[in-house]
Amino acid sequence: MNSPQAPGERKRLSGKYVVARKQDLPDGGRLIVDVGGRAIGIVNVDGKLYAFLNRCPHRGGELCKGDIISLVIADEPGAVRLDSTVKFIACPWHGWEYDLETGQSWYEPGNRPGEQRRYPSARSFRAEIEGGGRIAQELASGEAIAQSSGEIIDAKKHRVKGPYKAEMFPVDIEDDYIVVTINRS
Amino acid sequence: MIGSSSHPATARPGLWEGPVNDVDVHVTVPSVQALYPHLDAAWIQHIEEREWEGPATALLYPPALTAGGGQTASRSPDNAQPASGAATTVEDVLGQHQDGYVILNCVYPIDGGPPDFSAALAKAVNDWLLAEWLEADDRVRASIVVPTRDDPSAIAAEIDRVGGHPGFVQVLLPARSGKLYGKRLYWPVFEAIVRNDLVAGIHWGGSNDGLPPTPQGWPAWYIEEYVAEVGVFEAQLASLIAEGVLQKFASLRVALLESGFTWLPVWMWDLDRNWKALRREVPWVRRPPFELVREHVRVSTAPLCADSSTELKYVIEWLGSSEILMYASDWPHLHGDDLAVLLGALPLEAQAKVMHENAREWYRMS
Repeated sequence: MNSPQAPGERKRLSGKYVVARKQDLPDGGRLIVDVGGRAIGIVNVDGKLYAFLNRCPHRGGELCKGDIISLVIADEPGAVRLDSTVKFIACPWHGWEYDLETGQSWYEPGNRPGEQRRYPSARSFRAEIEGGGRIAQELASGEAIAQSSGEIIDAKKHRVKGPYKAEMFPVDIEDDYIVVTINRS
Repeated sequence: MIGSSSHPATARPGLWEGPVNDVDVHVTVPSVQALYPHLDAAWIQHIEEREWEGPATALLYPPALTAGGGQTASRSPDNAQPASGAATTVEDVLGQHQDGYVILNCVYPIDGGPPDFSAALAKAVNDWLLAEWLEADDRVRASIVVPTRDDPSAIAAEIDRVGGHPGFVQVLLPARSGKLYGKRLYWPVFEAIVRNDLVAGIHWGGSNDGLPPTPQGWPAWYIEEYVAEVGVFEAQLASLIAEGVLQKFASLRVALLESGFTWLPVWMWDLDRNWKALRREVPWVRRPPFELVREHVRVSTAPLCADSSTELKYVIEWLGSSEILMYASDWPHLHGDDLAVLLGALPLEAQAKVMHENAREWYRMS
């Protein structure tokens, strides 16, 4: 299907983009670069690189400027520990959390379990973004969007799957350069 | 059939003809002398020497007020205090042939004061309840009155002492407790409640030795005190959830009594929403708090805090469960509740649940 291109929207360009030198992005660092007209954030977490579209699927906040948070778990009251194998990037605007590995969001706000979705779906996200969630610091004021079919409880990790998925890109190091790959879909 | 008495919460002949379990009916210890048969001689001498007349319950329930928790007039021929005798009270509340149970909550605020005296009085009140009420009518159940909040081990000991009696179905925990009930200090109390298969009933009020219903101290007027208590219930509920009491004691059953319930759903939305944001603080809370509340908490219907079925219907829908409400008249206290408003707001299939089934299940009354 050929949908007309919105005015001002830049064409996506597939291919590999060399965006930085390896030493520009030390452990714990982050970069936001322009790739094919889009702002893409690359974070280095414990030596591993992750690239996200720098636009939160929820309301468009600069996702890649958000905190990197590990999962906190407790099998019983008080027995707190950190599971560093599960990490999220949290949008600085409303705190939606996205799994660093998959871009899947967690902790969808607004809807109560079993309840029909109250919010309209955000069609404009559909082309780029597929799922997601957030933690809800924001009032469930009707601006949250949901298209997922229901609550998904991850019993092991005790998390609630949300409706968004942040767009991620393959990112590699080739010859000491950081390379982001965009596959046009 | 409910409706034979003059109490506004019940005075609607023909409104409800099924069984009734009334989960909040009050008992008045007529005088401290009524407790003498159950008190050690040393304490009797202490009482006489001090001319102590018992805790000042009139502060909690102004007797002459006709609303806001004031006491309705007694209908007994000897003009005794209302709710001071088993026979008249059960008849007042249930009528002569009504099928159901009443759960007696004796608000005898001894939760402050000297710890040993407080423990002796709690024991005396519970033994008095056993002798004068639970033995007198098999439609009566009661809550255990507990000693001072400063001594949780004494509370647990009193629960263990009488908790095995089938007439006791609940432990009466004053809403104003000095420290929030979720604190680990109180965990031995919940342990004892679960051990004895009882309900933790958090009830309006608390000791009148200085616990105001607001962190800003005592309000000037009773009307302020009356409505301020909602904040106390909210804080207690948040504490039980966030401190992990409902995880630690997975079978714990809680009842909120004389709390009202119209505040609950809206307030739970806020807690759910913020749990998502702040859950890293309390990672043992693995499910949305409102879900936990629906599983672990029941709420009495008095005071109803509503004059319109049309409006109340929304609130009840927002509760998201027909299991959560339990009918209560709060006899003999007056809140201006109208049973017709409550029934009019309930879906037909929920009426029996609220009027008797939910309480029967929660309190294991068959």
